[in-house]
Amino acid sequence: MTAITPDEVAHLARLARLDLAKDEQERLAGQLDVILTAVAAVSDVAAADVPPTSHPLPLTNITRPDDVAECLDAAQALAAAPASAEGRYRVPRILDEEV
Amino acid sequence: MPDAPLTRLSAADLADVMARGDASAVEVTKAHLERIAAVDSTVRAFLHVDVEGALSSAEQVDRRRQAGEPQGPLAGVPIAVKDVMTTRGMPTTCGSRILEGWVPPYDATLVTRLRQAGTVLLGKTNMDEFAMGSSTENSAFGPTGNPWDTSRIPGGSGGGSAASLAAFEAPLAIGTDTGGSIRQPAAVTGTVGVKPTYGGVSRYGLVAFSSSLDQAGPAARTVLDAALLHAVIAGHDPRDSTSIDAPVPDVVAAARAGAAPDGVHGLRVGVVRELGGEGYQPGVEARFAEAVSLLAGLGADVVEVSCPSFGYALPAYYLIAPSECSSNLARFDGMRYGLRVGDDGTRSAEEVMALTRGSGFGAEVKRRIMIGTYALSSGYYHAYYGQAQKVRTLIIRDFDAAFEQVDVLVSPTTPTTAFPMGERVDDPLAMYKADLCTIPANLAGIAAGSFPCGLADEDDLPVGFHVMAPALADDRLYRVGAALESALAGSWGGPLTALVPDLEVFA
Repeated sequence: MTAITPDEVAHLARLARLDLAKDEQERLAGQLDVILTAVAAVSDVAAADVPPTSHPLPLTNITRPDDVAECLDAAQALAAAPASAEGRYRVPRILDEEV
Repeated sequence: MPDAPLTRLSAADLADVMARGDASAVEVTKAHLERIAAVDSTVRAFLHVDVEGALSSAEQVDRRRQAGEPQGPLAGVPIAVKDVMTTRGMPTTCGSRILEGWVPPYDATLVTRLRQAGTVLLGKTNMDEFAMGSSTENSAFGPTGNPWDTSRIPGGSGGGSAASLAAFEAPLAIGTDTGGSIRQPAAVTGTVGVKPTYGGVSRYGLVAFSSSLDQAGPAARTVLDAALLHAVIAGHDPRDSTSIDAPVPDVVAAARAGAAPDGVHGLRVGVVRELGGEGYQPGVEARFAEAVSLLAGLGADVVEVSCPSFGYALPAYYLIAPSECSSNLARFDGMRYGLRVGDDGTRSAEEVMALTRGSGFGAEVKRRIMIGTYALSSGYYHAYYGQAQKVRTLIIRDFDAAFEQVDVLVSPTTPTTAFPMGERVDDPLAMYKADLCTIPANLAGIAAGSFPCGLADEDDLPVGFHVMAPALADDRLYRVGAALESALAGSWGGPLTALVPDLEVFA
């Protein structure tokens, strides 16, 4: 039912923000094909009238009182940051130059 | 018992020894740290050993004891924690390069409870990267050896925790179980491992892999020890919205009751027809059948039960877990913590993100992110993820019907004993089959545990007996496990780990 091409792998990798080398893409194409063919068995069962289960517990809308509680301060939050400046996370540019 | 080294004692016996004043918490901790120093270059169960932190918490326990303060039942007992639980002051890597060296600014709720109970955290144990795997070979920091035969896998993903127990480096350990990662390592190392009811133990501070399946739980060499640990870590936590706000079943009383001669008398035990036969190692099936007969001999009512949808649990799991993982692992974006690659002042955040993830994640994590991305993409969602969610309903229905007839369901924990390292690394489907019997319990959110039931004839390696109980009936697992243990311990000379071959010791 599936036949994953290296091009599709490249597309999925872009969606998943994974930079993959060419040989990785080729290896994954074969492996994903085998795995997805095997798991496609789920379409053999479960007729339309079976409701889906997303979670084992029938819990909804669990909230806590909106009270201020102990939390991290800025220094603690930034302590493990790859880069920070002026008490904030420093990140690479997020917009293209020409915009 | 008096002449046995401290590292051979159970957690319950260590607690007694310390309560009597025959050994201090510092002495108990030092004995385990020395054992780690002697054997861990062979076993490689630990990613981090916190010598100073462990000794300092042991000193505190000793001080409190001397001051006459009341002590919990596990005060001063050392414990190994899987490296997927956040620990203040200790690195938490999840076995991944992307989190190498990360020291969390907060403790998981489970870790807080361990500290409050006075247990002594020895360090963090090795695991498959982000808990994805069945052999611990997917750790970015190298595999862990199975103490029964260090050329074989200790199971996964919590192979480090299980191996630390079988190597007598720790009497207690914490695991997490998304598809079998506590139970399958317990089975192949001859130890006890329990996945509590989903929501029974807080997931706050458990680095998420598949949030609707992940559950932390206890691991130990004896059933009572696992129950004592379960009682410490379980219970409602307002910081986890999926935590169950209900009393924790009395697992310690159940472990004690199960060991009595009438421990399982009248208990209705269902053998799952679908979890056996082709693909199961003969030695595994033989030990399992003997254990079932043993329970029948102790007065349990044994019947065969069919769960027809279980055959679809594995495919459903390998859609649901990767789908949730592809979403959960999106947080590793190289911006707030962890690795960042390629930030040269010219590349965009998106490029840096992709480079970071491409070099920070290992092969299995990438495979699962890709499967999840595929299964959740438009055009495929209904055929894959949507169908898998329906299968999940069918599995829950199978369990509901089965638990109308019986109190517990049983099967082998895993189809084979520990396999040689390297055997399945390039064959994902073969690797996934190690979790064939354990996955249904995660999909349904019920309680399940693995208990040692002997060694397979063909390879003298441990076999696990898998017990499943309805949600919030975790106590039944301990009742059955304790009955087996007390019936078999005589022939083993103690828990099954009494038979682990001696490891090479480096002075």
